[in-house]
Amino acid sequence: MSGDVFVIAEHRDGAIIDTTYELLGRAKALAGASGGEAVAVLLGSAVAGLAGSLGAAARVIVVDGPGLASFSPSAYQAALVPLVRERQPALVLVANSGSGMDVAAGLSAALDLPLAAYAIDLTVDANGPLVTCQLYAGKILAKVRFTGGRGIVTVVAGSFPADAGAAGGSPPVETVVPAATDDRIRFVDLLRPEAGDVDITRETVLVSVGRGIGEQENLELVEALAAVLGGAVSSSRPIADAGWLPRTRQVGKSGLKVKPKVYLALGISGAPEHLEGMRNAELIIAINSDARAPIFSVAHFGAVADLLDVVPALTARLGG
Amino acid sequence: MDYVVLLKQVPDLAEELEIDAAGTGLDREWMSFVASEWDEYALEEALLLRDARGGTVTCLALGVAAGDVDELLATCLTRGADRVVKVGTFEHAPDSHTAAAAFAGALAHIHYDLVLTGVQAIDDLDGQVGPLVATNLGLPHVSVVTHIAVAGHGSIVTVHQEYAGGVVGEFEVQLPAVLGVQTSRETPRYAPVSRVRQLMKTATIEAMVGGEGGGSGLVVEAMTIPETGSTAEMINGSPQVIAERIAAILAERGIGSGVAR
Repeated sequence: MSGDVFVIAEHRDGAIIDTTYELLGRAKALAGASGGEAVAVLLGSAVAGLAGSLGAAARVIVVDGPGLASFSPSAYQAALVPLVRERQPALVLVANSGSGMDVAAGLSAALDLPLAAYAIDLTVDANGPLVTCQLYAGKILAKVRFTGGRGIVTVVAGSFPADAGAAGGSPPVETVVPAATDDRIRFVDLLRPEAGDVDITRETVLVSVGRGIGEQENLELVEALAAVLGGAVSSSRPIADAGWLPRTRQVGKSGLKVKPKVYLALGISGAPEHLEGMRNAELIIAINSDARAPIFSVAHFGAVADLLDVVPALTARLGG
Repeated sequence: MDYVVLLKQVPDLAEELEIDAAGTGLDREWMSFVASEWDEYALEEALLLRDARGGTVTCLALGVAAGDVDELLATCLTRGADRVVKVGTFEHAPDSHTAAAAFAGALAHIHYDLVLTGVQAIDDLDGQVGPLVATNLGLPHVSVVTHIAVAGHGSIVTVHQEYAGGVVGEFEVQLPAVLGVQTSRETPRYAPVSRVRQLMKTATIEAMVGGEGGGSGLVVEAMTIPETGSTAEMINGSPQVIAERIAAILAERGIGSGVAR
């Protein structure tokens, strides 16, 4: 076993994704205590150039093969299992993303290496790694350790600053050929959402609604409020899933990350996936009928109330 | 095509969660359970695929004593599942690795082309069941799936995997395979309670032993309820009072036409 901390780099369209830098920064901070180095692992085909974007790592392992030209859960798993088995890192950090979930759980089952999911914090002390995981839609935090002292961690985006992991440098690059391939999952295409009428990442004021809106007709109330505030209406996932608002209005992990001056969270409970997309708003005001809703843990101001009562009153007060 | 759906129950978050005396788990005494939301999407998607192209839907749920697994499986039948099976016997909901081993053991005795389960659950501390089951069975897996279409005379499915910012990866997956479903194209169909109750008495709910696993390999040192509202300044009062205060907060920042003037 080594004390190395592996970070599985995620990249798309020829660029490293920000969460990789968040993980790399943390890996760098922990490598000393872990007794090893922060090692970035980059999979792809002819991606040696991208290794230069992983300057914060002490070393970069590039797994390069034609079967890895695009992300495929089966190809990634086939390539990573022998590598992790052979190198025996103390920790493998993976982003809790669409592709990361497949990579991490697949590795865990194939290598019989424990996995701590939905991590929002990770430290290493005298007893080894200590992972803080978010469970039950953010209502519970669990501090866990690995029985064998080593394991895989999937980390929620935004848990660590990206700056430390985005630092420049020219670490040594080791290129390896994947020890195995698996083409049972074939990448076809990357589909991008059609541009919407409103770019919610550029709005100063967002009036955001969740399940608490109840009925589609009630959207008129928040549209009216957004109008008097000179802002736009955005939403949490269930509203987009229901087709009440276009996907381009969705805030969160699978939607857009927003940083408006004011974010009004109306009837949004604040599941971790939603908080990921809006917790850095300058001012967050939350209205929810559940006093224990996690949204109140990131809000600056909160009110336990029915949004259907407060919103018309607020619109009227603002001269709408 | 034969579809298998893996389901489980999770604590109902409408109820308040409490930590047990040891401080390392949930207090289960008054806990009530509901079907895991994403598993319900997986079931709906399986039913839609079967309804469109024919085949069977078999639902597997963990045989957990502390829940209402019979009710869960009777609900699956009410919605249109062809066959339901209770897998293993557990006093409480097991970890994901144990659940995956149980499901994988049962799947050795059932024919399937496509296995669908929820992309995640609110309690899967040691990872998601879908990729764990798939790897146990040596099958390909795709998580965070939002679209499934059967192609190639039933030998391939085309799926969409969702990434941040609404970007989606399209993949062709050789069957048999396991998919972790993020959402179904229709809202899960309604199951009348009276029909569920009736089927609980009359329907055949099979039971299988399932496989045994080595556990999660995790030790929970502490569980806590994060302090909500510790950072938020709470506004109390009638809707009018709340609206007044929010308007004032916005006005301080020069936002809100009516106040700024």
